[in-house]
Amino acid sequence: MDFELTEDQRLLNDSVSRLLADRYAFDARRGYIKSAQGWSQEMWEKYAELGLLGLPFPEEYGGFGGGAVDIMMVMEAFGRSLVVEPFLATVVLGGSAIKYAGNEAQKGEILPQIVDGSLKLGWAHGEQQARYDLTDVLTTATKDGSGWVLEGAKSVVLHGDCADMLVVSARTGGDRMDKEGLTLFLVPANTPGVARRGYAMRDGTRAAEISLSTVKLGPEAVLGTVGDAYGIIERVTQAGIAAFAAETVGACEAAHTMTLDYLRTRVQFGRPIGTNQVLQHKAADMLIEVEQARSMAMLAAMMVDEEDAAERTRNISMAKVGVGQSGRFVTQNSVQLHGGIGMTEEYAVGHYFRRVMVFEHSWGDSAYHLGLLADQVG
Amino acid sequence: MELRFTEEEIAFRQEVRAFIRGNLPAKTLERMRLGYPPTKSDVVTWQRILNKKGWATYKWPQEYGGQAWSPTMRMIFQDENMLAHAPEVNSFNITMIGPVLIQFGTPEQKERFIAPTANLDIWWCQGFSEPGSGSDLASLKTSAVLDGDHYVVNGQKIWTSTAHHADWIFALVRTNPQARKPQEGISFLLIDMKTPGITVRPIISIDGSHHFNEVFFDDVRVPVTQRVYEENKGWDVAKFLLGNERTGIARLGKSMARLEDIRELSPHLRNHGAPLLDDKLQRERVASLEIRAKALEITQLRVVAKMMQQSDGKPDPFSSLLKIKGGELGQDTSELIMDAVGPLAMPQWAKELDLLNRESGENEPPIGPDYAGFAAGPYLMHRASSIAGGTTEIQKNILNKAVLRL
Repeated sequence: MDFELTEDQRLLNDSVSRLLADRYAFDARRGYIKSAQGWSQEMWEKYAELGLLGLPFPEEYGGFGGGAVDIMMVMEAFGRSLVVEPFLATVVLGGSAIKYAGNEAQKGEILPQIVDGSLKLGWAHGEQQARYDLTDVLTTATKDGSGWVLEGAKSVVLHGDCADMLVVSARTGGDRMDKEGLTLFLVPANTPGVARRGYAMRDGTRAAEISLSTVKLGPEAVLGTVGDAYGIIERVTQAGIAAFAAETVGACEAAHTMTLDYLRTRVQFGRPIGTNQVLQHKAADMLIEVEQARSMAMLAAMMVDEEDAAERTRNISMAKVGVGQSGRFVTQNSVQLHGGIGMTEEYAVGHYFRRVMVFEHSWGDSAYHLGLLADQVG
Repeated sequence: MELRFTEEEIAFRQEVRAFIRGNLPAKTLERMRLGYPPTKSDVVTWQRILNKKGWATYKWPQEYGGQAWSPTMRMIFQDENMLAHAPEVNSFNITMIGPVLIQFGTPEQKERFIAPTANLDIWWCQGFSEPGSGSDLASLKTSAVLDGDHYVVNGQKIWTSTAHHADWIFALVRTNPQARKPQEGISFLLIDMKTPGITVRPIISIDGSHHFNEVFFDDVRVPVTQRVYEENKGWDVAKFLLGNERTGIARLGKSMARLEDIRELSPHLRNHGAPLLDDKLQRERVASLEIRAKALEITQLRVVAKMMQQSDGKPDPFSSLLKIKGGELGQDTSELIMDAVGPLAMPQWAKELDLLNRESGENEPPIGPDYAGFAAGPYLMHRASSIAGGTTEIQKNILNKAVLRL
């Protein structure tokens, strides 16, 4: 067991933190969100310059050959600054799909474009009726000569409104809830028949509803093996959970720090409110939960590349529950201890609260994963 | 002791239910059912309908238009309104300033304000909190200096709910900065929001809605005749107002309505390949919330019964208990609905489609299912339930001082 960062990781951490300290103050972020696309192209280019967009990809594709721990560090920093660029969607979700399922030609074409910041991906798997069930896919792909025709709709596709290319899951066989019969397709966003309605999420990040109506694709659009994508879908989702869990830890840490500052400086009844023991104990409970969440985010990061699927799935579910529950506790209490100011759009603590809320409701909330784990007890 | 409803009470429940069903405007019902906040006109229209029937002011003394209802009937009325997704009457009018004017108002003030307050011809808001005076309300600094037959008011209020809708504000102001105790230098003023020198600035909440405001007073001249009760005795008025029958504060009916809603939603919400409530974990969550609601229902009845017996007008410290437990139940039932809807509760659908706070819902067609549009909004707004009107921490201090005396 080794919790020390390597020298490279320390340098990476420093440069990301410095960039965000310079360019991602809360007011700057507000400006990025208010822009037409809802995030900063300039920051995106900075991430590319720093090598963040190539972090998890092999060097032969222009990447840096990093692993889940590197992603964890970057995501924690992103969480502290509430970064709104499409990193999770492009690098973690879309990038993992290409990395795990792509053939040489696909990797050779797509990964370098992710690395240099010129291509953004969207992970178009979830559907409105599915809630959190990964197998609940109604979108269909039917054979059309040598190619395919997609029909259906995808829901809450993170940064789906700005993605240049969508990774779309569709049924090529099996019934609604079957693991078998799922296939992934690479769909350029400008393909005829793809319609997108973008919107802001509760935390200010962007997403889209995507409808697919007679979307014609060539045979080269298939990503991975026809009918056998479930394992990939699971791995991509788990990589997403691990990364978002780290981001949540960063958000919780920052919300806790803000709360401590507030307890020290807000004066009522002639003294700082932090002199009240009931609030001190609450702040101590929050500290405990931040650290417990951090441990679980580390567990998730270490499990992303675990080859034993059952072991990986079980541990990532545990991390999802742990970080989800701690995250709720820390951010709900951050709002509570701030009082009225925590309820406002203009103050950061409410934004941390909502970012963590979105984490909790992505890819299965705590109750959902607890249910999966409970089925394995005994 | 009898915890079951009598036949008269059951008949009363049916009468209330039928009246609401027959009179609540369809558009209001639809908005409220989907979890959207009521618009100003929803509230005004509904309060006037109730007032015509004599029901808007049921809590007031009978000679001022109140009803001779038992505690149980009061609770039935509140619950039925919330279960039927009717808007709440403007509580600043009905629960706060109305009873204050009845208790402390001059004959002229009563004549001028009581009828329009009941009918919501005047929309009131409350100017209590200030940036530096939240939990420590008595430290408030907004000053009122006597100048002939007027006070000149300067200062700032914050968290002023619906100030942007309001015609009048009732405000606590400092008239004696030299008082021995901060509580002893405060007066209670009624101020027309159209008076020159008043500025309202919106505060957007974390659910994206405009509910709170800052209100700035810059040399605002207020006739002395608009002071309620004696100069420097405003704290007594505020204490009466805050301790006045606050049973509605638990908003129990709203929580109970959500526990009904979850059953309706369940078939649409898939969980492990089946409807949500097929999952025992989910059913246990609903059941434990129902237990909490039941306990609170009975406690609330006990508190109302006790308060109706005593006539000294003193606040009952147990209203703190109702506020704490009712607020928690509101938070946890709204969290239940958000969690149930899950990923579809996360988009800010309403903001994107500009539906929020609009009088009519006709815009682009909604993107998600109708129940998803505002599934997270009440959860976000309910974080204020343990903050506004005295935080949970302050409520526990009140219980300690009044009951535990530790």
